[in-house]
Amino acid sequence: MPGRIQSIERAVAVLRLLDTADQPLELHEIADTLGLARTTTHGIVTTLRELGLVGQIHDHGPMHGRYEVAEAARLFGRGGPDPHELRSLAMNWADSLAAQTGLAVTLGVPTRSDVLVVHHVFRPDGTPQQLAVGQRRPLHASALGKALLAFASSGVRRLQGTELTPYTKRTIRTHQELTDALAAVRQDGFAIEDGELEPDRGAVAAPVQGPGGLAVAAVAAIGRRDELFDGRGQTQQDLVEPLKRTARALSREVRRLW
Amino acid sequence: MVKEQVVAAIDQGTTSTRCLLFNHAGRMVAVSQLEHRQHYPRPGWVEHDVMEIWRNVERIVPAALREAGLTPDNLAALGIANQRETTVIWNRKTGRPLARAITWQDTRTEPLVEELAAAGKADLIRDICGMPPTTYFAGPRLRWLLDNVPGAREGAEKGDVLFGTMESWLIWQLTGGPAGGSHVTDVTNASRTMLMDIRDLRWDERLLRVLDIPRAMLPEIRPNATVYGSCRTVVPGVPIGGALGDQHAALFGQTCFKPGEAKCTYGTGAFLLMNTGARLATSPHGLIPTIGYVVGDGPPVYALEGSIAVTGSLVQWFRDSLELIDTAPQIESLATSVSDNGGCYIVPAFSGLYAPRWHPDARGVVVGLTSYVTKGHLARAVLEATGWQTREVVDAMNADAPPGLALTRLKVDGGMTANHLLMQFVADVIDVPVERPFVMEAVSLGAAYAAGLAVGYWADLAVLRSNWHRAGLWEPKMDADLRIVEHDNWNRAVERTYDWVRPA
Repeated sequence: MPGRIQSIERAVAVLRLLDTADQPLELHEIADTLGLARTTTHGIVTTLRELGLVGQIHDHGPMHGRYEVAEAARLFGRGGPDPHELRSLAMNWADSLAAQTGLAVTLGVPTRSDVLVVHHVFRPDGTPQQLAVGQRRPLHASALGKALLAFASSGVRRLQGTELTPYTKRTIRTHQELTDALAAVRQDGFAIEDGELEPDRGAVAAPVQGPGGLAVAAVAAIGRRDELFDGRGQTQQDLVEPLKRTARALSREVRRLW
Repeated sequence: MVKEQVVAAIDQGTTSTRCLLFNHAGRMVAVSQLEHRQHYPRPGWVEHDVMEIWRNVERIVPAALREAGLTPDNLAALGIANQRETTVIWNRKTGRPLARAITWQDTRTEPLVEELAAAGKADLIRDICGMPPTTYFAGPRLRWLLDNVPGAREGAEKGDVLFGTMESWLIWQLTGGPAGGSHVTDVTNASRTMLMDIRDLRWDERLLRVLDIPRAMLPEIRPNATVYGSCRTVVPGVPIGGALGDQHAALFGQTCFKPGEAKCTYGTGAFLLMNTGARLATSPHGLIPTIGYVVGDGPPVYALEGSIAVTGSLVQWFRDSLELIDTAPQIESLATSVSDNGGCYIVPAFSGLYAPRWHPDARGVVVGLTSYVTKGHLARAVLEATGWQTREVVDAMNADAPPGLALTRLKVDGGMTANHLLMQFVADVIDVPVERPFVMEAVSLGAAYAAGLAVGYWADLAVLRSNWHRAGLWEPKMDADLRIVEHDNWNRAVERTYDWVRPA
């Protein structure tokens, strides 16, 4: 069997990205989110536009075209892999990450407005803990949310015009701060939450990327701030590598499934 | 520098054989797996080619070591967990089986078992081996082989033909085969033959006479955690330190070492075992009193076993026969699309009802259908059926366990533990917390634990217990009145399955 055709995978990822965005996206937003070169992205959206699957609007002036999914493409259906299938294939990997790091592990999928926790592995120290499955996490104030914003949804634009709810004094308040934070996430390949949702707790999350690089879920390791970050606020190196390895393994599994 | 030491477990299962490596913390570091063919020569017959399985073992153990970047020098010990009651006979001089193994799913011994009951042997058998004659067990299969395979009985009487369940076959091959292999079995596998006295753990002459089995062909019965011998092939020099039937291995791997502790493994079917300590329970409710495990020269630890025939296989039926979902995990998505069962109940009595109800003439029903019921409600009813069947086994276990023992928590493992809706429902209807450990491979871990104990890799049971860590917990949340009402509805649904098949 021949391998999958990369340009088609990328085109589908562009369509899904545009479909999950609340507003039309600019070319650079698409390129940055999916980690594609601008020329490649331009080629893809132009082709999709000529085929009638993507529409272009110029509400910000002729030089600032923005793209959206055309009605015709909405027939293709939406959404990522089934969250329970995702949990089922993630269980061994998540268990292993928790055992290796000594931290709790969660898996989250994007919804229209926040993150839904679909799997949770306790930290392996026997302390009383409760399953967080079914709970929601805010996009701008959680590691899971930021990993998904950076690699999947319409980035900052999605939250623009909305107030960024402050949960602690460390929560990101302004859209500019969030934009900068997400650029750093794309650069590093992981997102951090350093006391931004609960004062003494934090998390580090990496995206689970489906075909075309679109994040369909994120996996996070959760603990006390001092377990995750050193005195200078840097993420502990012995945490980043296992987390990224787990996210890569899950990404491979997801591509096989979806 | 000290070499990294790990313990290997061979899990010889119904459809595949796997080798898993575990480190001192009880974490899995590698796994290798090969499937083997299922042979269906006639309706109701299911056989395995044990040479194929042996060749698979020769490949998966080195493959697992390669995956972990280790060599046989890194192996402290090797343990085996196996599909129980699968029966093989082989020639000790050639090392070849005389026939394909008759597996535990095979029902060809039904007439033989009925004959034993008709001849009034049921009470004798129950008194000695703890359970009435049924087609589950290996003894009647061995008798069938002796009666039907040319040369089997003569060879057995001369001492040339040996009997074993899968662990015996593999240990014999690993320890040299025709060149002096050890012919041994462990107490848990022996307890499933219908030939062993469950109190003194020896082959019983009366039962051997009833089934007409030559004594010379039987393996020596040994404890579960003890050195059976050293490998002379595959991983030469490595001691074989553990062997247990798969469900007993899961009890051990879940570290259910105290009386009253119990585990349930959820797969195609489900197996719930409770440690009953030094006391052998009798079970008026039709559960199976069995050996839990024996460590070294220690006393036997007994267990009660309740099995549920149809759990995961009901989800498979929902997927493959009704085609309402594409993959098994999707059932949870479908089930969460509705908030309750909509009044619908499914009782999967596909081939009758077993413990604790014992209605072989029952057949499955879907009841409570109205125009309101959607596929989401059906999905819920499918999952709830596993919950209520667990409740029935737990009720029977609490009734039959020795005084003072009752289930206060349930440790779970197996593929269905990925389904949170189901695990929450199980906790809700049995009304005790349900907890899942980190290592879902409880069967393999149990075999590794037994082997590691035997060679001193792990010091004692307390060390193993400290390796057990909770990865998830479901507390009962259901309102008590609702539980009573739903339980009553389930019972009424089950009553509607009775006597469906008419006597011929």
